[in-house]
Formats: sequence, structure tokens, C-alpha cells
Amino acid sequence: MNVNGVDHPAPTDPRRLLSDHIRHDIGLTGTHVGCEHGVCGCCTVLFDGAPVRSCLMLAIQAEGHQVTTIEGLAPDGAPLHPVQQAFHETHGLQCGFCTPGFVMSVVGLLKQNPDPTPEEIDEGISGNLCRCTGYASIRRAVLRAAELSR
Amino acid sequence: MKPRLAEETTSGGRVGDRVRRPDAVQKVRGDFPYSSDLQVDGMLWGATVRSPHPYARIESIDTKAAKAAPGVKAVLTFEDVAGENAYGLEIADQPVLASDVVRYWGEAVALVAAEHPEQARRAADKVKVEYAVLKPVTDPEQALLPKAPKLHPGGNVTRHIKIRHGDQNATAEVVVTGDYEIGMQDQAPLGPESGLAIPDGEGGVDLYIATQWLHIDQKQLAHVLGLEPHEVRLTMAGIGGAFGAREDLSMQAHACMLALKTGRPVKISYSRPESFVGHVHRHPGKLHYEHGATKDGKLVYVKARIVLDGGAYASSSTAVIANASCFAVGPYQCPNATIDGIVAYTNNPPCGAMRGFGSVQNCYAHEAQMDKLAAALTMDPVALRRHNSLETGSALITGQVIDGPVPVAELLRLVHERPLPAPAAKNADLTAMPGGVSNTTHGESVKRGIGYAAGFKNIGYSEGFNDFSTARVRLSVVDGKPRVEVHTAGAEVGQGLVTIQAQIAGTELGVRDVMVLTADTEVGSAGSSSASRQTYITGGAVKAACEAVRERVVALAQSELKSGEGLRLEDENIVGADGNVLVALATLLGEEVIDELRVFRPRKTSPLDPDTGQANAHMQFAFAAHRAVVDVDTELGLVKVVELATAQDVGKAINPQAVEGQLEGGAAQGLGLAVMEEIQVQDGVIKNPSFTDYLLPTILDMPPVRMDILELGDPNSPYGLKGVGEPPTISSGPAILAAIRAATGRPVTRVPVRPHDLVL
Repeated sequence: MNVNGVDHPAPTDPRRLLSDHIRHDIGLTGTHVGCEHGVCGCCTVLFDGAPVRSCLMLAIQAEGHQVTTIEGLAPDGAPLHPVQQAFHETHGLQCGFCTPGFVMSVVGLLKQNPDPTPEEIDEGISGNLCRCTGYASIRRAVLRAAELSR
Repeated sequence: MKPRLAEETTSGGRVGDRVRRPDAVQKVRGDFPYSSDLQVDGMLWGATVRSPHPYARIESIDTKAAKAAPGVKAVLTFEDVAGENAYGLEIADQPVLASDVVRYWGEAVALVAAEHPEQARRAADKVKVEYAVLKPVTDPEQALLPKAPKLHPGGNVTRHIKIRHGDQNATAEVVVTGDYEIGMQDQAPLGPESGLAIPDGEGGVDLYIATQWLHIDQKQLAHVLGLEPHEVRLTMAGIGGAFGAREDLSMQAHACMLALKTGRPVKISYSRPESFVGHVHRHPGKLHYEHGATKDGKLVYVKARIVLDGGAYASSSTAVIANASCFAVGPYQCPNATIDGIVAYTNNPPCGAMRGFGSVQNCYAHEAQMDKLAAALTMDPVALRRHNSLETGSALITGQVIDGPVPVAELLRLVHERPLPAPAAKNADLTAMPGGVSNTTHGESVKRGIGYAAGFKNIGYSEGFNDFSTARVRLSVVDGKPRVEVHTAGAEVGQGLVTIQAQIAGTELGVRDVMVLTADTEVGSAGSSSASRQTYITGGAVKAACEAVRERVVALAQSELKSGEGLRLEDENIVGADGNVLVALATLLGEEVIDELRVFRPRKTSPLDPDTGQANAHMQFAFAAHRAVVDVDTELGLVKVVELATAQDVGKAINPQAVEGQLEGGAAQGLGLAVMEEIQVQDGVIKNPSFTDYLLPTILDMPPVRMDILELGDPNSPYGLKGVGEPPTISSGPAILAAIRAATGRPVTRVPVRPHDLVL
């Protein structure tokens, strides 16, 4: 599988979750695991460009596919991706544990819909939980991200 | 050997600026190492064997099969606890590993360390524990009966607070009574309990941990590990939320024991189901209230009996019940009060700290009572509240006279006068409807309700507790420019403490480059990131240390420049009395390093009188009010919170952006308890230990929060600030309940509100 533009060997354990493979075998710990069963969205990655929950996939399912994790958005100290920049500017995070998942969901959302309405934003990221912000600043972050992406 | 930790970020910004949090850069990049991300070479993984029974005697523990399992390096039981097998925040009543009795479902009994986490979990399953199952005590009222089995040697009353204020036989023209019930809420921080213990090879251990209070962990760990405090060193790792859940030890002692036994680094990271038994929860409670008032709506008396279920171990129950009792009447003047607050041991999951800390449970009751009283008096509920609001100089039911701004009536006015949201539009987007995209209504049978609530609580520790924080501030020249390093043990839990420390140092010393060092136990205690206290107490310590540094800079300038009075430090220069720049700070300092350590203590408090609960027990108070607008589908019992409005006095907003985040985020947790969040415990067993079944608010559940932030300035605190974090979680939920009652006409006395409460 290709993760952030780098090819990686196939996982040796066929039962390995994609989330665990990314975190423990490849060592990219920006993909977080909050619930292990597809509710919190902390483990969201892009799978061939579309957001998926990596805790609900087996690593072997990613064979032959492109996976982008949070680390792949602005690699090696490159300037922040517009979505990352927007979360920073608008205080769209506190503890930040949910942030990589939100960022990846928003990247997917804006790709599909570059100019979402407030309702479309809410629906688009309703699969991600945040326990700190009450979501208000995340709404502001998505609007700002859409602006920065134009 | 050290794991990679978060960068020690530098930032500028002054007190009052909207400062972007410096740690956000690493956080948005996915590069911020949380405790669950820590790793070092040669690390083992720990797993915990837990009780499947809420109450049982342990007959035997057989670890043979587990020890023989692949990859296993250690299997430990209570016999391996080197120190005293008892810990706790206020009462050391909880074993590190159960020895003779288990008192709750999920209590830790044994530990395994293995090369791979899967091997550790599998070996844990092989530990054979024989139990003699006992009948659990799961109702706190039953636990208080004389015939109940004693769950602890001292009986089942963890603490009973008696408040006897004014005339105990007062009578009133109008009397309303009510019974209220609060469900068990989970803090649900998204980051699991986790940490990494590394043995130092000399009998001591270094622990990298996500915690709210490094030094209380250190103290408890030294005690149970049989080590001196300096042999147990703690360093903050990235923390995925806290909200009270990280006040108590979870895996700390377990990881240290395994590391000391194996001589290798050991990591433990809980799964989500394990997290539900791995930390304490918000106390569920039953509250009986009686309010008496004059015909013109002045409170005459309040009588209340508040019973909280503390679960199997004390944790911070004794302080939670004190809050529930001291603030039982709400932010209102009440000349006479008879309050009995009791927290009981049961075989339910242990309860302790959660945002709001005892002031949430009672707020549901006193605010429902105020609405009931308003109805009985045919008065407007906001007018009744404003008529009785606490003011500067008012006495609480504990006899304490409040000084400083007490803007309760003003906060209520602000939320009341805010324009209301538009009525639900016909053909509105489904997400705006109760039931949302499940498409259960297009507006039929939907009724709108509006409700109000006000609440308050103490900031910082109370009852004579020795509250303090420590800060070390070091000024030097790095690459030709002045640099300030701030070192405290204050836990950044997401609230923004790192930013605030940098802002305070930047303000006091006028230096742009301020670096906040990693929090650890190498510096003195900062106290806990709880009770909304860190900005005040650790902020106060940083300010004091900076002032000491500044004095030394000025003294150095006076001696170097042979100059008299009037020198000051301004914008990285020494400035004379006439405002002229005399020398650059970097030039003045040269190789000199100015390093000062200060301990900051807020005002002293006193213990509550054991018979009457009278005392100046609290250091500062914070107030907030909320208005909620809800739509209820009265056929299906589904609720949509349309808007929340809040007003809060924060004294001084050190970082307004962070203050807004606290008000919005705190309101979301209040909303959660009001309409969806409950740990369902049946016969002592948690039935919903997952995020599929324990519901948390999503963005679709969370309405906009309209805010009025007042900065009235507390004359006693640094910069006039007040603690901010908890008030948003106190009155938000009760306002939603009031709005639901207004929409449905039903009494609705229990939270979280379930559909059948509104329909059947």
C-alpha cells in the first residue's frame, strides 16, 4: 500500500486493523484511536482520496490503494495545509486529540463540496466527535478552510 | 531513554490578546505526541485483569497459565505491591490491585506485561481468579440503612455535610417541593488513559503520563510503590482531554509496578470499554427539595436532602458533596437553609471529579424549584431569580459573605434580553428538526420551549486546603535576544494553560520569546488542572516569579548604569524615568542568567463547621446564566436544542479565544447530560461502555452558543481574573430542562431526559 506517497510492504498479520498498522507498524501516530469501533472518527484517513475510518478496515484491504494520513497533508515541515491552517487560526481545537480526524474529514468534505453551507458542514462532519470545543470553533474552522482553499 | 514529547513551543502575546495556541501547530499536523502515542525501544505492553463482579470475595488467584503464555514477562497481583496497597485522593481506601474483596465491576485484580499488546491481553485472560460472589449494594439509600453490609470499615457514609443556616423552623406563605434525579455522566475524554513507565535501573522509575496533577500522582505512587517521591519522577505527556477523569490514578501505579518488576519500559493504553471502568464518573444523585417564599417572591428557606452515589471508592466524593451542599440553593439569597448532603459507598462504579463538581447535580434541582416557585407565585421565572439574586455583600447559606462583583441579576438580564432565534421554518432542513436526518417529523407536533437557569460554584480548593502553585522563570540571552523560560508542573489539558503562561510572562517581562517548558515533577507542585483554578493559581505563580525576575533586572540595571530610581523594563529595553531607552535588555544581561522560583497562594479558606456547615470555606466564586431554546417532538419525545445563550463574568479574559472555547465546550457537556449522556448501570454492571451506546453530542446536536462575556475584575485575583472552565457546564443543562418543561408542560425531573419521559 502507498501511505503518504511512500510504498510500504504488506502487513504480516491479516487481522491487523488499518489504524493499528498505520500507528504501530508504519509509526505514524497522528492517526488517533479513540473508540476502536467507528464512532469517534479520530482515526479518519483518506483512502484513495475519500475519508474512511481506519479502525473499521483491515490493513490488507488497503493493499494496492493510496492512503493519506494527517502527516501526509503538509509533510516534512511544509507550510500547513489550508484546513490545518484554518483549525489553528480559529482555535478549532483544545486538547487536539480529535483534530487529525476532523482535518481529514474536512479535506474530504471540501474536495467534494468546496463551498458548503452551514447545514452541509454540520452533516459533513457529524461523524467526528469532539469533547472539548462544543463544535462552534470547528464550524468556524471549516468556513475558514473553504475560504483559504479558494 | 526518553520517549519523544511535545515540543516546548515559544510564543508571544500579552494578557488579553487573542493568542493562537502554540501547541496547535503540532496538533493540526498530527505531530503532537499523546500519551497513547509514546514509544521507546524494548517497550513491553501492560494489560489489566479486572473483576467481572461488582462485589465478591477473592478466593484465589492462579497466575501459572498466564506466566507461561507466549511473550509474557510478568504477571503481578496484590502480593507484588511493594508499598501500602491503598491509595485515593482524599481517603486511601482503594487497593492498587484487589486482595481480598472486589467492590466494583471492572476493579483491577492482576497485571500482565508482554512483548505485544495482544499477547498481554491473551495472557490476562489466562489469569484464573476464583470469586465468592456477594450481593452488591447498588442503591445509595439502601447503602445508608443500618442493615446494609459495610463496604468499608468505617461504614457506607463517605461524608455527610450538614448546613444549618438561620432559623431552622422558618415557615413561608408559598411552599413548593420536588424530587430530582441525575444520571451518571462520563467525562469521555477522547484520548484513552495511557502512559509509559521507564525503570531507571536504580530502583526508581520515570513515568510519562497524561494526568491533571503530576504531584498528587507522584505522592500516591511513591506510597504504593514503597519508594521515595524523588524516585518516582513524572513528566506530562500529551493529553486527550480530561474534565476530571484524570484526577485519580488509573494505570499509573500498574505501569510502574510492571516496569520495576521487568526492568523494561512498560506502556499501558486502555481501550474505550476499559476506559469506562478505568476512571471515575460524575456522581448520580437523588435530590429532595423544599422551597419556601413570601407571597411577593422572596426566598424564606430551602430544605434539601441530596444523596449522591459515590460508588465503590471515595475518590474526591468528600469534596463533591461539600460543593453540592454549599451551593445547594443556587446563586440566590436565602436567609434560612437546612441542607443534608450525603455521599454513600455502593458497589457501583466509583465517582469523583467531573467539570462542575457537585454544582451540576444541585443546579438541576434548585433551578427546577425556582421555576416551580415562579409558577406557584404566578411570577416570571427570570424576574423571580433576579428578585433573589446574590449580590456583593450577600451571605451564602454557609454564612460566607461574598466580596467582589456578583453580577447574577445582570447575567440573567443579559440572556433574557438577547433576541430570540426565529421560529422553526416550514420545510426547514431536517438537521434543524428533532430527530434530525432520521426524518421523523417535518414540524408536526413540534413545540418550542424557552428556559432559563443560573448557577455558580467555587474556584480553586476549599475548606482550608493548602492551595498553591509553583513557577520557575528564567531569563537569559539566546542568539543575542532575550529569552524567557517558564517552568511549572501545571497540566495543559487542552484548556490553554501553556498559552496563558506564555502570555503572562510576556506581559510581565515584555519579552517576545517566551518558552514554556514541559511540565514535570522537577519543579514544585502546581496543584490540579481542576476546579477552574490553573489560570488563577499557576498564572499567579508565573506572575510572581516574573515580578521577581523583573526586580532583579531593574536592580542589575541600577547597579550597571549607576542610576537611581525610575528604571523600568519595557519592550526588551531598560528605560529611564524620562522614557528614554538606556540599554537593551540583551546587552545588560550579557551572560547573566536570572532565575527565580515563586510559590503563589490564594486567599486562605476555612473548614466547614461539622454541625452547621458555616465557614468562609471558599476562595472565589464564578457565576453564569443560560437561556435555552428547544424544539420538542411531543409525539416521539425527541428534543432539538435550537440555541443556547449564556452570560458569564470571567473577571478578565486572559485569552478571549480560549474563554469562548471554554464557554462553548462547557455548554456542550451540559447539553450532553441534559438530553443524552448516561452510563447505564444495572446491578453494578455498566451496560453501555462504548461510544455506540454511551451517546455524546455531535455537531448536529450542538446549537450555536450566543455569549456575553463580562470582565468585571475581581479585586483579589491576578489581573482580576476568575476561573472560567466549569460554570458553562453548570447552568446550561438546567436551562435546557426548563425549556423542555416549557415546551411539553411535563414536570421532567430526571436527566438525561429520555424520549419516554416526554411521551409516556
